[in-house]
Amino acid sequence: MAKRDIPIAKMPGNNNNFSGGAHLEFEDKVADLDRQMNELRRLSSIKGIDYSAEIRQLRRQQVAELKRIYSNLTAWQTVQVARHPQRPLLSDYLDLMVKDFRELHGDRCFGDDRAIVTGFGHIGRERVLVVGQNKGKNTKQKIACNFGCPNPEGYRKALAKMKFAEKFGIPIVTLIDTPGAHPGIGAEERGQAQAIAVNLNQMSRLRVPIICIVIGEGGSGGALGIGVGDRLAILEFAYYSVISPEGCAAILWRDGSQAPKAAEALKLTSKDLYKLELVDAVIPEPLGGAHRNVHDTIYNVEKYIVKTLRDLKRTKIDNLLDNRYSKLRSIGASPTEKLRRKTQAAKERVKAALEAMPTKPKRVPAKV
Amino acid sequence: MAKEIKSKWNGFSLKPRKEMPDGLWMRCPACEHILYKSTVEKNLNVCPKCNHHFRIEAATRIKYLADEGSFQQVLGDLTTDDPLGFKFRETTYKQRLKADEKKSGTKEAMLIGKAFIKGRPVILAVMEPNFLMGSMGSVVGEKLCAAVDKAMEEKLPLVAVSCSGGARMHEGVVSLGQMAKTSAVLAKFDEVGGLYICVLTDPTTGGVTASFAMLGDCLIAEPGALIGFAGPRTIAETIKVELPKGFQTAEFMLEHGFMDMIVHRKDLRSEIARLIDYCQK
Ligand SMILES: [Zn+2]
Repeated sequence: MAKRDIPIAKMPGNNNNFSGGAHLEFEDKVADLDRQMNELRRLSSIKGIDYSAEIRQLRRQQVAELKRIYSNLTAWQTVQVARHPQRPLLSDYLDLMVKDFRELHGDRCFGDDRAIVTGFGHIGRERVLVVGQNKGKNTKQKIACNFGCPNPEGYRKALAKMKFAEKFGIPIVTLIDTPGAHPGIGAEERGQAQAIAVNLNQMSRLRVPIICIVIGEGGSGGALGIGVGDRLAILEFAYYSVISPEGCAAILWRDGSQAPKAAEALKLTSKDLYKLELVDAVIPEPLGGAHRNVHDTIYNVEKYIVKTLRDLKRTKIDNLLDNRYSKLRSIGASPTEKLRRKTQAAKERVKAALEAMPTKPKRVPAKV
Repeated sequence: MAKEIKSKWNGFSLKPRKEMPDGLWMRCPACEHILYKSTVEKNLNVCPKCNHHFRIEAATRIKYLADEGSFQQVLGDLTTDDPLGFKFRETTYKQRLKADEKKSGTKEAMLIGKAFIKGRPVILAVMEPNFLMGSMGSVVGEKLCAAVDKAMEEKLPLVAVSCSGGARMHEGVVSLGQMAKTSAVLAKFDEVGGLYICVLTDPTTGGVTASFAMLGDCLIAEPGALIGFAGPRTIAETIKVELPKGFQTAEFMLEHGFMDMIVHRKDLRSEIARLIDYCQK
């Protein structure tokens, strides 16, 4: 794999790469300020005049502008940030977050899907199994990874390695970033639906902690296929949806260009999902999105994983599985129904505890 | 060329059909025969000429599958509270629900309850194709889980009949979550040793195939049913290749090892009863 170029390395002493490569269409002003700054830098190097004060001033303007834009992103803009070509991908996380990564290949059945990467490694001090979807950086890699759209063998590989990890009590971390499972002839012939269904089924019962994090695109069943666990977190400007906004627009609006409206209606942003209690945590991204500061993004993700793993490892595995089950079982239940279930569960726990207690012998009053 | 003209002529002949007394005649989409509707109905909604299995609504399915009058519905009034407040074009999800309730006569895309099949007690879950294309939202997921719970409680086999366009877009990730939810509940059912038979009927696609429909101990398909993950149109548009004939049919799924058997509608009852007898503990 080609060595990744780290944008930060190009700008020593500056922790933020606000230009962030390609600008999105709603970042006109940011792009404009970038152009002005570059012009000043060029002039200062040609004419030897010091423009650093002006550049600092422009930089401040740019920071304010980014803050303004990114605190009010629409759903469709969020989707574009999640798809940004410079957004950190699985390979970046493997390079910067996972120490001593040992990739494990193949589903032992058909092939080795490059859209899903699995392997052992350390995050913080914890040994984990990392399962992630990879999109590829350049054209060659993108084609090899099928643009992050896994085939059935990818899901089967993921499950095989997860069972391996389960056998030795190694926690699982899955990093989700896919437009969706691949729709193709071969994928159908080899049972795309069955592969995903079995993963959902088995992941709900794996006897190790599982943390799932959406780092970019959470595209429908393709994302869910490695997305069942004890915790589901999402990066601030990632999205998670039942269908792509374009697909939804094509069906319900009968017009694919209505994708912005569909994105809004689908409630696919981290903020909305958190409000709907469909994700457990939102991991913050640096100012202007993950693509502007890869290191900070990955550091935030690492911090979340380390902290959450510590919490999960404290829980007894049987309780962990019970909690996971009731969490899954209550997806989509109304708030009152959730409360009723919680009370019911608590009542049952108390009852079980009372029954488990040894019955005390009745106190007989002492005879005088 | 001649074929093209013929199909055009057939397309033309569709028009006068509408002027026929409403509901007396129908045309089989597979073999294009004009059929007397009551003959088809007597034949379990299967074309007597070519064995094409027509889509049937949940109530009819239950009538064909369960012993007469044995189906006792539970949770029939469960409805969604529209978690996203979904609006599209000039309509809302709630209006769409109302309209489809009128159209299908059911309140959601799945009916569950206890029933008998040839005298064997089962928990039955049947999907309704006329209610938002039989899509799975929070209520369908909840009903299937409730059916599994009931099957666990009463130690009965679970028979599900899938007929669905997939996860329901109008409920967003809540619908997606139903895939995980139903799969998790079925994992538990499997652990306690319950028997789960799934009958896949035309069409079973998307999130329903990728969750509970594929997780049966025994998978039965109706002849010619469309079964798959991605819809054929999506695949054709994505890879820009003409799809092979018979792609994603029940026969295709059987050939590729994903179905246990293909069973004609008239034999479903006896096949399910036989399976239940085999799996007696
Ligand atoms: Zn026919």
